[in-house]
Amino acid sequence: MKELTELRSIVDKYGENPEYILEALHDIQSRYRHVPEPALDIIAERMKVKKSRVFSLVSFYKALSFEPQGEKNIRVCMGTACHLKGASQVKEEIEAVLDVAAGETTADGRYSLHEVNCVGACSMAPVVIIGDSYEGQATRDRVRTLLDNDGSEEESR
Amino acid sequence: MTRLHLKDFWRYSKQQMEKRNEQRVLVCGGPGCLARGSQAVYEALLDASGRVGGTGTVVEHAAHMVGCHGLCDQGPLVIIEPQGTFYTHVNPEMAPRIYHETLRGGRVVEDFLYSSGTGRRIARYADIPFYQRQQKIALRNVGAVDPEDINDYVALGGYRAAAKALEDLSPEDVIGWVKDSQLRGRGGAGFPTGRKWEVCAQAPGENRYVIANGDEGDPGAFMDRTIMEGDPHSLLEGMIIGAYAVGASEGFIYVREEYPLAVERLKGAIGQAESLGLLGDDILGIPGFCFNLSVRRGGGAFVCGEATALINSLEGRLGEPRGSYVVPAVRGYNQQPTALNNVETFCVVPEIINKGPAWFAAIGSEASRGTKTFSLVGRAVHIGLIEVPMGMSLREIIYDVGGGIEDGRTFKAVQTGGPSGGCLSAEYLDLPVDFDALEEAGSMMGSGGLIVMDETTCMVDVARYFLAFLRDESCGQCVPCREGLFQLTAIFDRIVSGEGQESDLAAVEELAVAMQEGSLCGLGQSASNPVLSTLRHFRGEYTAHIREKCCPAGVCRALTAYVIDVEKCRACGRCLEVCPAQCIAVSQGVYTIDREACTRCGACSAACPFAAISREGCVQ
Repeated sequence: MKELTELRSIVDKYGENPEYILEALHDIQSRYRHVPEPALDIIAERMKVKKSRVFSLVSFYKALSFEPQGEKNIRVCMGTACHLKGASQVKEEIEAVLDVAAGETTADGRYSLHEVNCVGACSMAPVVIIGDSYEGQATRDRVRTLLDNDGSEEESR
Repeated sequence: MTRLHLKDFWRYSKQQMEKRNEQRVLVCGGPGCLARGSQAVYEALLDASGRVGGTGTVVEHAAHMVGCHGLCDQGPLVIIEPQGTFYTHVNPEMAPRIYHETLRGGRVVEDFLYSSGTGRRIARYADIPFYQRQQKIALRNVGAVDPEDINDYVALGGYRAAAKALEDLSPEDVIGWVKDSQLRGRGGAGFPTGRKWEVCAQAPGENRYVIANGDEGDPGAFMDRTIMEGDPHSLLEGMIIGAYAVGASEGFIYVREEYPLAVERLKGAIGQAESLGLLGDDILGIPGFCFNLSVRRGGGAFVCGEATALINSLEGRLGEPRGSYVVPAVRGYNQQPTALNNVETFCVVPEIINKGPAWFAAIGSEASRGTKTFSLVGRAVHIGLIEVPMGMSLREIIYDVGGGIEDGRTFKAVQTGGPSGGCLSAEYLDLPVDFDALEEAGSMMGSGGLIVMDETTCMVDVARYFLAFLRDESCGQCVPCREGLFQLTAIFDRIVSGEGQESDLAAVEELAVAMQEGSLCGLGQSASNPVLSTLRHFRGEYTAHIREKCCPAGVCRALTAYVIDVEKCRACGRCLEVCPAQCIAVSQGVYTIDREACTRCGACSAACPFAAISREGCVQ
């Protein structure tokens, strides 16, 4: 019930204009790390559009997802400069360490791994962003160490 | 703040320009420098000064985090104006010396200066070859202005062009000036901006709109991001002038969802401009000139960079392109005339109004006037953001500005125009970079990504990379693009894994041409450019993959092998420890890799302390 009330208040901010579906969905995604099913009905009702239209937007735009995302996002830049400098190998290493494929979330819900297209930090290619921290000139060894430490750091807290 | 009328504005502008602090300490906050920790450098500078006067004041000097200064590979950068002293690779430990010796003592710290290839130290950035050949118009304030402070923008002469246009020029005059400047759209296609605005202004409609396309999706391109983050007010000013010219009262800036800082900075800038009376109702006290501007986030879809897809997305629909039978200038957002331009295009306009169309038209080449920003990335020595006059040759850009190829390797190709562009080989190095010359050579200007490639780059792999990118990003609406990319990627996957057939190249060419002719939007029509351009300039590399099952650059995994150089190997055993496939054998102190079992993960090569393990192409 609390979730429904909260969802309504997020959607209400944008009024009835269906132009703001995407903005409302962005807010919902960042609040819940996914778009919960009831959000579709709430938006459809409030903005007077078909539920299928809201659904199609969530499935079309990469920033939105039905599946809950991990607590921390790991983004591997797959921009051209990073690609040339071995981003695929770095990505494979992370996939191996976390035991997920790009686009997936670890079973414990801690990490989601994403490929992104160019974060504009080409001078430090290849780039991996763990949470908010940028790792430049990333190598297999480096990302493995980082991920190992990332875990222990939080456990020791 | 009170909303200014024209008369007040001129007074305020004059005050700010005079008040501007002489000595300024600028810490680069561009994406590259931020990622390298420039925020901590800024904090350390404030700490070193004792933080007198709260944030933003290094005792008697103004300190600012600014946008990208350009020379990203040397970051974090600290610049001291007006001298133009340029410190590179700055870390927080260097802050006390910068404060005490340079800011208080007026001495340059030699050790912190830029060092050229020959080891010569250069004190001022203006004397560094990377900057010497550049001319900044769109980027005029980026790296110099505090992006969060409208007063700082006004102190650099900001909003004077908007005030001048409103005071002295009619909307028709503004369009005439932009036409006379011969400015062409900086988003890629190069359509004349003045002409677009004229069509928009004259098209029948109840409302008109101005939209800035900040959905910069090309991988390896960050020009618009840098402008939106580093100098948001110049975009606002360009859009105000555009709105005045076409008669729009509402506008949007559509920003890529991956650029949260740009969204934040633009929203902040809009708030400041509104409170000063530069946006909203009766702008600068001119009755009836109203312009409201808002920022909208994209959803993470490359295709939304296409004008009609962007408009659909803005309307809360799927970002699918519309058929291009009617241009947005006639019927765009909400079916009304819409002037939709790239971020960089809008940013150039205030300078055209300030300095006149003739000034702008005198820069650049015959059919492409003015300057163009590029993100120079890949294998060049200097990586960063540049702006050069149109018509400069690729050689000058890559060698004079970019400092040549890193690690003394050989130039192989340069990729321009993003996924819709193409790769040009060494024989095109003297090609002047302008809209038409690039297109004739089988590539395109695009939004301005320049990706330099050396002999360690496999062109088949590059083409496959762009195909896979576009396959994932195709909106799926029309068959030629959706299925064409799917099939092309499948063929390329075969070729790079050593299963290519002689007939593949003909099939690739047929599909590529069908996509050019049959796709609905510009993205689909140009999606096969990377394939066609690499086939045209690097055909030999394709045949090596198909006939000899060999990747000359040593990139395509299935066609290469890791080899241990017995001369360099010290038998330390590090590779044995890291090899996940356990395919390294030792016999009488000699290490060898079992090629059948090797997965080519590269772990051994990365771990080897003696660089004895390398990946080689063309190993039978």
